[in-house]
Amino acid sequence: MEPYLFYVMAATSVVASLYLIFEKNPVFCALYMVFSFINIAVLYVLLEAQFIAAVQVIVYTGAIMVLFLFVIMLLMVNVEQKQKDDLPFQRIPAMILGFVLLVVMGLTIKSKIFQGKEGEYTSAKVESIGHTQLIGKLLFTDYLLPFEMTSILLFVAVIGAIILAKRKV
Amino acid sequence: MITLTHYLVLSAILFSIGVVGVLIRRDAIVIFMCIELMLNAVNLSFVAFAHFLHSMEGQMFVFFSMTVAAAEATVGLAIIIAMFRNKDTVNVDNMNIMKW
Repeated sequence: MEPYLFYVMAATSVVASLYLIFEKNPVFCALYMVFSFINIAVLYVLLEAQFIAAVQVIVYTGAIMVLFLFVIMLLMVNVEQKQKDDLPFQRIPAMILGFVLLVVMGLTIKSKIFQGKEGEYTSAKVESIGHTQLIGKLLFTDYLLPFEMTSILLFVAVIGAIILAKRKV
Repeated sequence: MITLTHYLVLSAILFSIGVVGVLIRRDAIVIFMCIELMLNAVNLSFVAFAHFLHSMEGQMFVFFSMTVAAAEATVGLAIIIAMFRNKDTVNVDNMNIMKW
């Protein structure tokens, strides 16, 4: 069951991402992006990261997609208006370079340099503590400083967004 | 059996698609979506490493990188709105006043 689920989700997320970069209408682009991200959330569940999967769905479909759609509709990006491409010759080299990048990354993965020390949190142990409890415990012990920095970052982002987007008074 | 390599290859494919999208699109909003796609590809490899190495560090990093992605989306879309106010377009080819 699990291998099939992986292949189906991987294939749909790749296809949705391809649609994202070739689709002309930005509203559909946002929806394809979210479709791809939900497939990735299913892969997180397969990787026993249930909390991350839930956060992925909440943050990306609940917050970021709505934000994108709001901006697209606010700016009324015209769908019918043919976007004139000033650099049409850039498309083919971009795809070739993207493929080269993929090949280089594939060779790196194949070279088996990704060996690491095994950690202590095996599936059984995570299961016994509870995944979300474990993340909560780590956030308030080992990762307390980054966690507090994150709150400052979000605060600064909110203020920055308001100042950037507000009209001159 | 699905191994770490499968997840890393998928992550590499998604990342490359994001890179190509940034290079071929002219619409600032879609370029932004492609950047989000690249961030997600990297998050996927983080979670895969965390799972196969029995560690929690990868998942903590994903948690923080999602926060950064949310903050980045907010500020970036605000910049796009400011850009649209000044130029009446979101096409990145028209944003060339800093070019020599």
